[in-house]
Amino acid sequence: MSLKAPLLRADNVGVSFSGVSVLRGVNLEVNHGEILGLVGENGAGKSTLGKVLGGYYSLSEGVLYAGGEDVSGWKAHTALNHGIAMMHQEIQIVPALTVAQNVFLGFEDTKFGILKPNERQRLKQLMSETGFFLNPAIVTSDLPIADQQKVEILRSLARKAQMIVMDEPTSSLTKDEITQLHEIMKKLKERGTAIIYISHFLDDILDVCDRIAVLRDGSHVATLDRNKISKPDLVAAILGTGQTETQYPKKSPPKTRKKILDVSGLTSPNGTKNVTFKVHENEIVGLIGFVGSGRTEIARALVGADTSTDGKVKLYTSDYSNRTPAKSTERGLVMVPEDRRGQGLVITLPVRANVTLPHLQSYTAGGVILTQKERSKTEEIIDFFDIRPTVIDGDVTNYSGGNQQKILIGKWLAESPKIVILDEPSRGVDIGAREKIHRSIVELAASGASFILISSEIEEVLGLAHRAYLVNDGQIKAEILPDETTERDVLNTLFSFQ
Amino acid sequence: MNQHSILRFLQSYAVLIMVVALVIALSLLSDSFLTTRNVLNILNQSAPLMIIASAMTLVIIAGGFDLSVGGIFSMGAVCSAWLALAVHPAVGLIAAPIIGLTLGTINGVIITTLNVHSFLATIATSLIFTGTAIVISDGRLIPVRMDEFTWLGRGKIFNIYTSIWVTAVFAVLLTFLLTRTSLGRKIFAVGGNEEAAILSGIRTRWIKTSTFATAGFAAGLAASIATSRISMGQASAGNGMELQAIAAVILGGTSIYGGRGAVWRSIAGVILLALINNGFNILNADPFFRDLTTGLVILAAIGISAFGRKS
Repeated sequence: MSLKAPLLRADNVGVSFSGVSVLRGVNLEVNHGEILGLVGENGAGKSTLGKVLGGYYSLSEGVLYAGGEDVSGWKAHTALNHGIAMMHQEIQIVPALTVAQNVFLGFEDTKFGILKPNERQRLKQLMSETGFFLNPAIVTSDLPIADQQKVEILRSLARKAQMIVMDEPTSSLTKDEITQLHEIMKKLKERGTAIIYISHFLDDILDVCDRIAVLRDGSHVATLDRNKISKPDLVAAILGTGQTETQYPKKSPPKTRKKILDVSGLTSPNGTKNVTFKVHENEIVGLIGFVGSGRTEIARALVGADTSTDGKVKLYTSDYSNRTPAKSTERGLVMVPEDRRGQGLVITLPVRANVTLPHLQSYTAGGVILTQKERSKTEEIIDFFDIRPTVIDGDVTNYSGGNQQKILIGKWLAESPKIVILDEPSRGVDIGAREKIHRSIVELAASGASFILISSEIEEVLGLAHRAYLVNDGQIKAEILPDETTERDVLNTLFSFQ
Repeated sequence: MNQHSILRFLQSYAVLIMVVALVIALSLLSDSFLTTRNVLNILNQSAPLMIIASAMTLVIIAGGFDLSVGGIFSMGAVCSAWLALAVHPAVGLIAAPIIGLTLGTINGVIITTLNVHSFLATIATSLIFTGTAIVISDGRLIPVRMDEFTWLGRGKIFNIYTSIWVTAVFAVLLTFLLTRTSLGRKIFAVGGNEEAAILSGIRTRWIKTSTFATAGFAAGLAASIATSRISMGQASAGNGMELQAIAAVILGGTSIYGGRGAVWRSIAGVILLALINNGFNILNADPFFRDLTTGLVILAAIGISAFGRKS
């Protein structure tokens, strides 16, 4: 056998976004006919690495070789020319087109720009070659998700892909469909195709992978041989042994046991199923779960951003039904969304207009805005959260992600709300901003507000919350006391739900 | 100021620069341009469009489009002439804005309850409004030769046309509403990021409806003025008005994607269009080139602001 260069080799690869390093020190080899798993906690850099390998992000450091050739500067379409295809977390097909049209999208067989009527024939041939069968004429939006994924795989194969990057392909699949997908992956492997399998479902990873690369906080910490490890080993590698550098402020226990929010049987078409929980005065309550576990959906159903079909919400002492975000805001139940540019801030408005937006009635007289009052409040918020630059009329677009996040949180805390839902409050912010945000949460909880804290970082919830609920599949599965548990226990429990 | 910020400044005020350039050019080319009479006439003739474009600014900032203002204008024109004859001239003048407000509110309610894009909804209502105007007027012109009716469009206060005063007051009021009131702030928020506005507890349906109601009111008011000036109500009066208004708003630099804009910009946009028109008249230029020129000017203005987006 000749000494063949590996299909893909990453040499000390790193990626930065606007100066912030999100991935570093990645050394990997991917060989033909191999399934390589990528695991790590949320935010560890799995998807980022996947996108680097798939040609979607360019490198900030290191070198990437495809078949021995330096391809560090490649783009998605050049990656495809090297036989590397990417399946994104969200399925990338055109729902209104048929299976055949989707599979050959972008490289249709044409003569003078006119489609040749041989698409189905081509697809049938491809299917018999590869062993994946679908009805070519069916419109893809009518297919179950597992079959839609097959369309994506067929598309990759039609383009002669030698390596397919699959980013969380099983997150919306049923058990049977996962088994099916794994069968497909094994078949691909037999054909000599390499697969990068990104997932937070460890059982799935252990089921099909040959080797598993572990990422932690953007660093590539280990590449393990499947046959030499067990699930606990993998969990240990994901968590690491060293303690994290973040210091959490000391939390003071709630003064009273007065219930201010009592949710029972909350059910919504958004996936929330029979959720029951309560929040006391001055309490910080965590909701822990993986991405896609339905944490955000529970919050949206609670504030009325999504409609509920069942369940009772008791706010303070009275029932609160027919909820809408407007009514929730009036009653002091507010939600700070995770997507700050999409749902949180109005980037066409200056800082001051964003800060007062939910509380305009306190900053107007007869409908006219009290500019002076608005400005001094904004100054106060800028001061309290240490927002930089300290420009009251500054365009929100020009602020860094961390400062935008502080503006977003400041916006909601400006008029002392009673219950604040924080969805991923420290996502994508630097350590300084993060500590500032943590301190404000603990301080405000001590002085009267209650918090529902949603975070993918288990450690963050354990560090801040008095109590926490574990969420999976839109349901609350368990209640924990952060002071009496460890990150490892929580992670193990979460994995056991799957 | 560095080079970049000078460029930004020029782009931001492109419409004013073009107006000034055109004023200078026309003054040099013709003695009859920069006369009180000509300037007042330009403003008087553009008053209805200025009023409509001012209100359209609110609709577009909130992320919508109103293609029915032409239809509402026709309804207003026909109804005010008809009521002026049948009841009283003053009733005719007052009726048009009230009818406009009602029709605009209906637009808003349709859009927010059916949750359809305003573009689609107002295409439909535009035809309904114009159609109703045709039915009411029986397809005929309705002349109203009464001084109690024509004062609004032809009369003067302190040597300036009443219509210009009305337009000025209306534009100032809308500017105040947009920049200084909480409703204005919410209009910007809804157009800038609807999801964030909803989560901020803003009742976005009300805000959107209010912009369409304002546009309807403006179209009715404009109809009163125009009908009074030409002392004639007709169902085809509003044809094409909506596109002129939208063109003026965009020409002025208000973002077609919502969230950014100002009333003065739309006024300047209308004036720019009116100057081109006036230029053809006073220079005795071949009118066959009028549409062509207008189109090129609009394209140039759009090009200038698009250039800023990239850099």
